Amino acid sequence: MSAKIDVLYFAALRDAAGIASEQVDTEAADLAELYAEVQARLQLPFPQRQLRVAMDGEFARWDDALRAGSTVAFIPPVSGG
Amino acid sequence: MQRFRLADTPFDTASLRARLLDARVGGYASFEGWVRDHNDGRAVAGLRYEAYVALAEREGEAILADALQRFDIIDAACVHRQGELALGELAVWVGVSAAHRDAAFAACRWIIDEVKARVPIWKHERYAGGDAGWLHPQP
Repeated sequence: MSAKIDVLYFAALRDAAGIASEQVDTEAADLAELYAEVQARLQLPFPQRQLRVAMDGEFARWDDALRAGSTVAFIPPVSGG
Repeated sequence: MQRFRLADTPFDTASLRARLLDARVGGYASFEGWVRDHNDGRAVAGLRYEAYVALAEREGEAILADALQRFDIIDAACVHRQGELALGELAVWVGVSAAHRDAAFAACRWIIDEVKARVPIWKHERYAGGDAGWLHPQP
């Protein structure tokens, strides 16, 4: 069953994707599968192990199930401060 | 109570400090991070911070709430700039009030370290040579 997910890209991920956000229609079961899909399609430079992931504004786990209608953000290594 | 804030424009630290002080306070410590003119051997012309605002605010608040549990302090606050910053501008401020200095220093150090490690904010540096790039340090 496919789900519509809003995906957000930040910093170098946004530059590589060429977009800040998009809506994807995916059959991915969890967040790791979703990243594998978009990474392959957009040629994103980060392997999953270098990223964190958030769903609906909260940090999540890569094996968390996708929730239809949710917003997912892939978080490259941070550099505030 | 809001203790963490993202600021789009320069902010005043005197009023932030004043809000942390009351009759119980015997020690106050702060950290200020400034935009410097070099990084990693390169001349920096300026920088931009980008944040995932919703998550940055949530994570920033969580760090400060956690600090109040971990350390014997009275209050703490943090403000981080986003957007374009020039050399010499204040990028991040942390303030901590406590009865004694040890806890104030320790909590202040812990908070800035956690903010740098966990809060989804990214630095985009512009270099003197005209090129620019994101900083994505590997943990």
